[in-house]
Amino acid sequence: MPLSAFTGTRLRERRLAAGLRQADVAAAAGISASYLNLIEHNRRKVGGAVLDRLAEVLGFDRAALAQGSDSALIEGLQTAMARGAGAAAELDRLEEFVSRFPGWAALLVSLDARVQTLERAIETLNDRMTHDPHLSQSLHEVLSSLSSVRATAAILAETEDLEPDWAIRFHQNLHHDSERLAAGAESLVAYLDAGSATAEQGIVAPQEEVEEWLKSRGWGFDDAALEAGLEGEVAMLASTAARSLARDLLARAVEDARALPTARFTAAVATHGPDPFALSEVFACDPLVAMRRLAGTPELGAGLVLCDASGTLTFRKPAAGFPLPRFGSACPLWPLYAALGRALQPVEAVVQMAGQGERLHHVSAWSAPRHPLGLRGPELREAGMLILPANPGHSPDIAIGSSCRICPRGDCPVRREPSILSAAS
Amino acid sequence: MSQHVLLIEDEPNIAEAIRFILTRDGWTVSHVTDGSAALDRVRSDRPDLVILDHMLPGMSGLEILAALRADPETKALPVMMLTARGRDREMAERAGADCFMSKPFSNAEILAEVRSMMGR
Repeated sequence: MPLSAFTGTRLRERRLAAGLRQADVAAAAGISASYLNLIEHNRRKVGGAVLDRLAEVLGFDRAALAQGSDSALIEGLQTAMARGAGAAAELDRLEEFVSRFPGWAALLVSLDARVQTLERAIETLNDRMTHDPHLSQSLHEVLSSLSSVRATAAILAETEDLEPDWAIRFHQNLHHDSERLAAGAESLVAYLDAGSATAEQGIVAPQEEVEEWLKSRGWGFDDAALEAGLEGEVAMLASTAARSLARDLLARAVEDARALPTARFTAAVATHGPDPFALSEVFACDPLVAMRRLAGTPELGAGLVLCDASGTLTFRKPAAGFPLPRFGSACPLWPLYAALGRALQPVEAVVQMAGQGERLHHVSAWSAPRHPLGLRGPELREAGMLILPANPGHSPDIAIGSSCRICPRGDCPVRREPSILSAAS
Repeated sequence: MSQHVLLIEDEPNIAEAIRFILTRDGWTVSHVTDGSAALDRVRSDRPDLVILDHMLPGMSGLEILAALRADPETKALPVMMLTARGRDREMAERAGADCFMSKPFSNAEILAEVRSMMGR
């Protein structure tokens, strides 16, 4: 293991802490006192047998002097310094600091990590408060009805000679507004309650709640369970919105399972491979149905994202090495969006996700228009992208990311906002 | 002659309460619920004071305020804005509102503010 240039400093501190004289330690280790003096002042490198003997005399594990444990600390401190813009830390003495005060250094690094976590949590909450339409709508409803209740109640309480007709009228208004206030407050509490259940992650949106549930179920249901119904589990979800999302999702899963029953589906996958387009031919179904069934087959380790015409992700099942944005928009280079723009044309690509080393994924995407109200109604579009691990030996067709904020690709032509990663490095 | 307040507010019960307290205090109050009809009413009613809600159907309170300030006829018309959030207040201030009331307001506050704006 490589040794730090400051091993000497530490040796000296150990010796002084043990209350030993330089000459005695040198003699016991079989070296001259002046040589030990040079070592202790980092003017001579020390290693091998001499270090072993010194370690033995001073009574410590020589591995504790090795640099390995320091390099993570040094890196952590460098990051902390880069983030603490403006603070003039003595970068040239960093190694000495880590070597002399490993405990303090570790504390600093862990504090910096904590600051980062908290900053992210605040950003998340801030985003939610500012942009969450449900929260803002509930608050507006509560404030409006509260204003009305307060103004009406004050009239009833303070007007001395209120005519009976007016009194009846205002009592009715008061009743009506108090009902509204109660409903508004209830929806607000339900929303905030859903968040506190998973306080660790901050406030949780209904979609995230459903995804947590699906994750706990291994992202799939067997056909019998679907037919029997899963209302018991759905009822356990905290928010009304999440329960409604889960019911829609289950209704679709039931139809998918009826169209592509597990036994026949497994046989077809064995013959054709996990190819949603081939499978859609076999079962005469939309490729999106095949994608959903493939994503529910645990052995494949497939990820799946679905989006609507606005590009909003409506379903997110991550695949290993393919991180999905928790909220906000995804990378515009995803083949999902290429398919969304070209309905009924399959898109297939081998992609390399940023920050995942050499790992590649094989993705296939498809989108189809729907007209639930007939041609007079709006055209809906749903796109899906199935994410499978790519076989080795491929070369990537396209380099993509997860979401701009956490994407390290600096030279990207579709970047929407600066990355927090490039800002930190 | 009593002075005229035009109330632009889409919540019927809030409007009724404000209307009641102002009428009792001796003001003539007219009321409009829809944002897009509000500007016509200002022109036809020629009120001495406008109480304007921030969230309105048809046209937002801020848009109405901007239109009032852009017109030389109504440039100096006193406007009280009813807002729900701090951020709305900043925007209303920039748009040229003379005074703000945050929801939920008290009747006494509204009355006192209307009186002071009209120099009573």
